[in-house]
Amino acid sequence: MNGLMQGKRGLIMGLANNKSLAWGIAQQLAAQGAELAFSYQGEALGKRVIPLAAELGSDFTFECDVSDMDALDAAFETLAARWPTIDFVVHAIGFSDKNELRGLYVDTSLDNFLMTMNISAYSLVAVAKRARPMMTNGGSIVTLSYYGAEKVIPHYNVMGVAKAALEASVKYLANDLGRENIRVNAISAGPIKTLAASGIGDFRYILKWNEYNSPMRRNVTIDDVGGAGLYLCSHLSSGVTGETHHVDAGYHVVGMKQEDAPDIALDQ
Amino acid sequence: MSETGDRVKKIVIEHLGVEAEKVTEDASFIDDLGADSLDIVELVMAFEEEFGVEIPDDAAEKISTVNDAIEYIDSHKG
Repeated sequence: MNGLMQGKRGLIMGLANNKSLAWGIAQQLAAQGAELAFSYQGEALGKRVIPLAAELGSDFTFECDVSDMDALDAAFETLAARWPTIDFVVHAIGFSDKNELRGLYVDTSLDNFLMTMNISAYSLVAVAKRARPMMTNGGSIVTLSYYGAEKVIPHYNVMGVAKAALEASVKYLANDLGRENIRVNAISAGPIKTLAASGIGDFRYILKWNEYNSPMRRNVTIDDVGGAGLYLCSHLSSGVTGETHHVDAGYHVVGMKQEDAPDIALDQ
Repeated sequence: MSETGDRVKKIVIEHLGVEAEKVTEDASFIDDLGADSLDIVELVMAFEEEFGVEIPDDAAEKISTVNDAIEYIDSHKG
């Protein structure tokens, strides 16, 4: 096979199950010939990730808690022991106490603020630092964000603030690593019902609203996100860095409710 | 089992990879069928998709057996 990603190797971080955005990206990378390694946090996720990795022909899976710098070092040592160089990293990681992903942002606790920022934003910086020495031929780092970083989305709260920090980190990292031909970009995906989204209050309402009000009048799928992920990991995006690329059926350009969008209630 | 029951049972068997005989109405997802907390979230998502119902967190927390799921879905599906 002569795929776009033939001869390329990379790490997928944050796959949870076959609904994950990371799964959409991993499938398309593998279909184009990429060799993939997967990191997961904890046994419960491991037992989901290992069979999915096998589906894509990979037996290279290991544990990595991104909030623990020693665990991150160990994970990258494991990666480097088998693959001295890598070409891309997909960072699909975020976490917050779901009790604070409803209600008011003003009620965010310090502990959850720091944890959310640590796992959802700083982890990209920590991963980039460790991926950098392995990207001797240049590389691409892709992370996942959401429109709640730019504008207020009810219930998204501290995760929106963390995603804003993540998107700003993409720019600073892109600038730091650009001279080494390491590109850093984010995909701002429209809402998709994933394990991560299950923690967000009134998520079904957010989905409906996006479906009715996006220019394309639909929600996006993990295949839509996968295509964009493939583009950003491949040489097709060789001149692109520091970008937050919206894969949201165009929702981010809309200023108000569409005339043809029905009124919807929370309980619908 | 009712029609809802059959569909719930099918989802549980597929998702948890358990034998059909084990999935009785009073089987507990965690204690009898070996589910973990992520399985519960995934099962609830699968039920929502299959039946077009919304199962909010506070209701999901009360669903611990196969019958709990069937009863909730039967009383909330449109």
